[in-house]
Amino acid sequence: MAEWFVAKAAELPDGDRRIVVAGKDEIGVFHHGGAYYAYSNYCVHTGGPACEGILINKVVDLIAADRTYQGQTFSDEVHFVCPWHGYEYELATGRCVGDRRLKLKKYQVVRRGDDVYVVT
Amino acid sequence: MDTVPSEVRKLNFEDYSTAKHLEHAAAQARARNFQGFLIVDVDAHHYENESYKEVFAYIESPVIRHDVIDSSQRPGRSALLNSSVGNQNLGGRITRANLRRLQKVPADGRHRDIAMTLEWMDAMGVDYACMFPTPMLFLGLHPQVEIEVALCRAYNRWLCERILAVEPRLVSMLYIPFNDPDAAYKTVKDFGDCKGVVGFMVTSPRYRPVHDNAYMKTYALLEEMGKPISFHAAYSWEDRALQMTNRFISVHSLGFMWFNMIHMTNWVVNGLPERFPRLKVLWIESGLTWAYALMQRLDHSYMMRTSDCPSLKRKPSEYMREMYFSSQPMEKPDDPSILEATFKMINAETQLLWSSDYPHWDFDLPGVIYDLPFLGEKAKRNILGANAARVFGLDTKVVKRIP
Repeated sequence: MAEWFVAKAAELPDGDRRIVVAGKDEIGVFHHGGAYYAYSNYCVHTGGPACEGILINKVVDLIAADRTYQGQTFSDEVHFVCPWHGYEYELATGRCVGDRRLKLKKYQVVRRGDDVYVVT
Repeated sequence: MDTVPSEVRKLNFEDYSTAKHLEHAAAQARARNFQGFLIVDVDAHHYENESYKEVFAYIESPVIRHDVIDSSQRPGRSALLNSSVGNQNLGGRITRANLRRLQKVPADGRHRDIAMTLEWMDAMGVDYACMFPTPMLFLGLHPQVEIEVALCRAYNRWLCERILAVEPRLVSMLYIPFNDPDAAYKTVKDFGDCKGVVGFMVTSPRYRPVHDNAYMKTYALLEEMGKPISFHAAYSWEDRALQMTNRFISVHSLGFMWFNMIHMTNWVVNGLPERFPRLKVLWIESGLTWAYALMQRLDHSYMMRTSDCPSLKRKPSEYMREMYFSSQPMEKPDDPSILEATFKMINAETQLLWSSDYPHWDFDLPGVIYDLPFLGEKAKRNILGANAARVFGLDTKVVKRIP
């Protein structure tokens, strides 16, 4: 087990992120909604930089009680998107939205005083 | 617990470069020793609209040149050049589509297209790339045939003079203005011997049947020159059948097969492989499953309806198996035996040509072929480069520099 320095907490405000090169691995560390999340930066598809794309909320179809389609909206579920091809992942779990059997390796994030570390 | 010094990167979208965007691709290329053998990309793209100011200067008709330039200066209103409804960049999820404008290229006199293209080619491990346009993939749907002819000729002249004549790692199968058969013939005649022209390309979304007698002289000329003809797929949301689809995934998945399935069916059923036995035919960007399905479908009907296609001396699939197919977007079923069967069906070891389609949204890396468990090293190298070098007559020297 090793701890890799990510950032001073004050320098990683909510909404920001870092890519940490931890030996042979790259890890994306997100600070979002008051929590930290860290995942492997290699997309399950073709190894693209999965954590370096945009964050966007899940799109949902609005289906009425009579089962008619009423349009679309964004839900509260936040995704991050691999910028190479658009593979989407749940920020809270790292699961691949298109196939939830697939997920990115998740890492623990710890704060020690003013410092943020990711644990491998 | 050990605390380890780490390298940390901030994410700065304003600091975009192709090399950074494809750092993981370069790592894959190094890990697989792509530096050690030839890789040819038979379907790569640039955005010719970024160079329209230069291209338009080559339009020969003073009236069309004037009108097109005037039209381009008032974006957002009706334009003289057609485009297509679509959502390729997935609502901004494919970041390079917007960020590429921020790319800085060396001020060494090279055209921006050359500098940007070589950068991604080196990152992926590509030695040679066959360059195609992007918005012009829809030009075959333009209602004014003379506009297709004029822009096609201007683009071809620009491409030959500004790109292909300058950069030996870039080649192209030039756009044929297929809606005007005489202009199509003239295009092959005029540009066939230009440096870097390795064949000619028909954009598939259009409504001219490939078996029309008006095209026979062009096919004969291509056969005589030894230059392949290719059909580059695209979709059209204006197509009556495809208008019933309501999402981009639908029109894209179907559209990129749809037009090539029609052209292939016409090509085979009308006996063109018998009439032009030495003409090399390449089908681009329809993936592979369409061919697997169509071979079986046509063979099944052929055995009962040989009188519909009396020019054929063999089953349709036997002719199709002698044609060439580009790989992207290569479908990857969960069960690899299904893909293996598809490869067997099209004689992939000699007939399949790897393509990236970069920088478009659904590009493939060379690893899509190299990592397949059922291919031997020779088959991988054939598909990734040797087959294309044979079809196009390319030098087989490795010239890339993987960073």
